Order: sequence, then C-alpha cells, then structure tokens
Amino acid sequence: MTTLPETTKKKLGLVIDLDICVGCQACATSCKEWNTGGYSAPLSDHDAYGADPSGAWLNRIHSYEVGEGPLAKTVHFPRSCLHCEEPDCVTVCPTGASYKREEDGIVLVNPDTCIGCKLCSWACPYGAREYDYDDGVMKKCTLCVDRIYNETIPEEDRVPACVRACPTGARAFGDLGDPESDVSKSVEARGGFNLLDEFGYKPVNKYLPPRINQVADAPVAQPMTTEKSDGSKIENLFAWVDRALSA
Amino acid sequence: MHPAYSVILFTTSSGAGYGLLFWLSIAHAFGLAPDDRWLLFTAIALALLLITVGLLASTLHLGHPERATGAFSQWRSSWLSREGVAAVATYVPAGLLALLWLIGVDSGLTALLALLSGIGAAVTVYCTGMIYASLRTIRQWHQPSVPYIYLALAAGTGALLLGLLIGLFGHAAAWPVLLALACLVVGALLKWRYWQSIDADPGQYTAEMATGLGAIGKVKPLDPPHTRPNFVMREMGYRVARKHAEKLRKGVLLTLFAAPAVLVLLALFTGWSALLFTLAIIAAALGVATERWLFFAEAEHVSMLYYGAERA
Repeated sequence: MTTLPETTKKKLGLVIDLDICVGCQACATSCKEWNTGGYSAPLSDHDAYGADPSGAWLNRIHSYEVGEGPLAKTVHFPRSCLHCEEPDCVTVCPTGASYKREEDGIVLVNPDTCIGCKLCSWACPYGAREYDYDDGVMKKCTLCVDRIYNETIPEEDRVPACVRACPTGARAFGDLGDPESDVSKSVEARGGFNLLDEFGYKPVNKYLPPRINQVADAPVAQPMTTEKSDGSKIENLFAWVDRALSA
Repeated sequence: MHPAYSVILFTTSSGAGYGLLFWLSIAHAFGLAPDDRWLLFTAIALALLLITVGLLASTLHLGHPERATGAFSQWRSSWLSREGVAAVATYVPAGLLALLWLIGVDSGLTALLALLSGIGAAVTVYCTGMIYASLRTIRQWHQPSVPYIYLALAAGTGALLLGLLIGLFGHAAAWPVLLALACLVVGALLKWRYWQSIDADPGQYTAEMATGLGAIGKVKPLDPPHTRPNFVMREMGYRVARKHAEKLRKGVLLTLFAAPAVLVLLALFTGWSALLFTLAIIAAALGVATERWLFFAEAEHVSMLYYGAERA
C-alpha cells in the first residue's frame, strides 16, 4: 500500500556526525558490497572500469567547502535515504511497490512489483533513489533490513553495513522514535538536525553539525623575509645587492 | 528533468486523442455534431487510435512494462494510478459508442455514452497534469495552472482534429473554428502566465538548507561523490535546450497558438477547411511537442542542490 502508516512502532534510522566524517567512502563501498548481494541485489554498474562509469549506489559521499576565510572548512557529507515519516516517494507510487513499514518505519521498494516508472525518484528532494537500468526497478537504502534482524550473523554485525564499516564512528544506527536510545540522546546533546527541514517530509535520519572553527583571532603566519641582514658584512653586501636589484 | 521521449509522445498524442474524444462527445451529446455516422465513427476511431498509441508509448519508459497492470491499484494516493484507472474506464463508454456508430444502431444510449466519454477524457487529462503538478520537488511543475494547461492543450489539438474531420466529410461549419480558436487563446494565455510565474520565482530552497550547513556559511561543492554523472544527475539534472528556452518559447507561441489560429480563421473565410486545418494541425503538432519538451527541460529538481545548484 502506498498510503503512509499513521504512526510507526519504531523510527529506525541513522545519525551521521558531520564533525567526525572524513569522507573516506568506506560506508559507500561497504553499502554497495552488501546490497549488491542482499535485498536490493543486484546494484548494476555500467562501464565500471572504463571512461564513463555509472551504476546504482545507495549511499553517496559529497565533500563541500563551507564558509569563507579562516572560518571556512571542508565538510564530508554522506547522503542516502532518510526514511522520512511523510515522504511523497511512497504516495506517488502507482503499484504499491514503494512503501513504509508500519513496524519500524523503514522505506522499501518491493523489487517484484516495481514497474520502474521512476516517479518516486522524481518525488524525492534528496536524490536518494537510483534507478537500476539492468534490473528495471528503483533501488534505495534498505537500512540493511536483511542485516539488522538477521539472526544468522553475529550480533555485532546486525547494523547497517555503512555503520559497521565506518572507521571513525561517524555513523550510528538506532530507534529515533525512542527518546532514551543512544541515537536520540546524541541528537539531543549535539543539536542534530534534519536535511531540508523546510520541505516537510520529516526525515528520520539526523545529522550532527560540524563544530564551528575557533581560529578567527589566531595569529596569521608571516612570510619569511630576507630584507634585513643579521649585521655581518657579507649579509649586508647581499642585502645591498637585493635592494639594488629590487629598485 | 530529462524528457522521456515516450512520455512526450504519450502526453501529446493521447492529449490530442482525449481532446478530440471530448469535443466529439460534447458535440454529439448536445446535438451539435453533424448526423453523419461515418464522420462520427471515423472521429472516435481516430481519437481511440491516438489515445492507444500514446498509452502504449508511455509503457516504453517503464523498466517492467509487463507489470503495468499493477499500476491500477493505488488510486487512493497516486495521480499516476488515477490516470491509469481513468484511461481504462474511459475506454468502456468510448468503445461502446464507437461500436454503436460502426453498426449504425440509432439508440438514445449514444448521448449518455458520449457524455460519459467526455467526462472520462477530461478526468484522464486532468490526472496527467496532476502527476506533474503534485511534485513539490520541481517548482516549474508544482504550479496550479499545470493541469489546466494540459487540459487546454489537449482541448486545442483535439478541436483542430475535429475541425479537420468535419471539413473532410464536407460539413464545414463555423463552430469547430470558433471552438479551436477559443481553446488556442485560452492555452496561449495560460502558458504565457505560466512562463511569467516560473520566471518570477528563483526557488525557495538553497544548498545551505539542503545540507543544513548554512550556519557556517555558503556551501560549495569541493569533491563530487562520483566522477561521472549518476542516475540522479542524468534524470534530474538534465538541462539540454534550457539555454535556448527563450527562442523555443517564441517557437511554441508561433507554431502552437498563432499559426493555427490564423489558419483556422482563414478556413472560416475561404472555405478551404480541409487544407487549412491540415496545415494548422501540422504546426500545432510541432508546437505541442516543443512545449512538452520545454516543460521537461526547464524543470529544475531540488536534489540538484547537492550537486552545485544554489537554488531550486
């Protein structure tokens, strides 16, 4: 059904710490590796080793330069489905293939009923859905639904592949509908925010802000100068030559 | 937005077909249409042919056309599903009407079937327009006038086709000319206001809102996530022909509205109805295809904020 559930029992999602992320792409490659064999399989590539490579990925890592001058900083910015509470990507689907789960809030595409009309990707302001040209269906982040409840893998692996792979701990997984969960507490403590909150889809995934640089008043390094000599005759000679040539 | 050629063919061809079906049905229901069984049958057959060609073309852009019947299920929430339901439902009265006219049964039923066909045609085109108008991610589509522009252009191209057929069957009359003119004027006014409206709106969303980083400062892309365009960039970031928008808009005004209007007016005074309506239809076909192309090419998607767009 493409009508949205009024409430979901849980709001499973990710919290991404933009202060820690180093843009190493480990989460993106780990996501691709798991999901090309998992629920979303395959994630087809074209010309993967050629001049014009493209393919379906569920997680994309941008790097932005933010701000000007000494306060400017580089922010690495992972972008994937935010499992919104009120997304049109679900309601526009004509077949019911795109749906939001009542039990945990995960937004999924049923690959057996998707007709590949791509309308859901048009409805997503986050560019989170990627069409698979070989498979003819839409692909998106599944929050690794085939890992998080999977009792055949070790307990520590029962988190999304991106979270498991992150070497800096910039990604956390949990129930954002439970105010006592670790993820909710970190959002509360750090001022976690929604992407494009103005749009009104109510994303479940949250982002933690990068810290503001505190270097505005720091002394600025001075360039080394050769204009003044140390007083020795030979240095005075070179200083005179320098001035004469500069004139 | 990337213009899917099959979608352009669908919306223009089916649009003209539904427009023809609409005016034919209304004219018949209200006793305006000539009482010529073969004219009526030819017109409804042409309408159903254009509609069917368009609907079949629209399945070409699907990844799994064989599953298309699933698209009738979600009419509660999806305008695309509603369009499919309305399109199929319209076949029932229109098909029966075509059959009655073919076998020449003069039944009082035809007026009712015509009315139902007309309503079905209008509802289907309205749903098509709402598929686009309901997408808040694309401000050039999320305009209140969009479904009415789809309706006006379908009505205009349909009226031209009806005028041609009436002329070809030797029943040339003034009302099809006036009908076509009225539709073209309304269409031109709506489209003109639409362009003014999208030009006046620079977009309310920014890259700073999209990333949530506005508190630090302006956001500029540094390293892209991929070296070559992905699906999102190809589909949502398409901008071919956008820089020629001004020229193409003038071309649309000329070929879709001005030229057909002048040609059908000439038909009113010269009586060369068939020839002039044929020329008008050729011009309008070129114009409506350009208009539909531009509707896609000028459309900017919010997701491009992550790929360097400053506003959307």
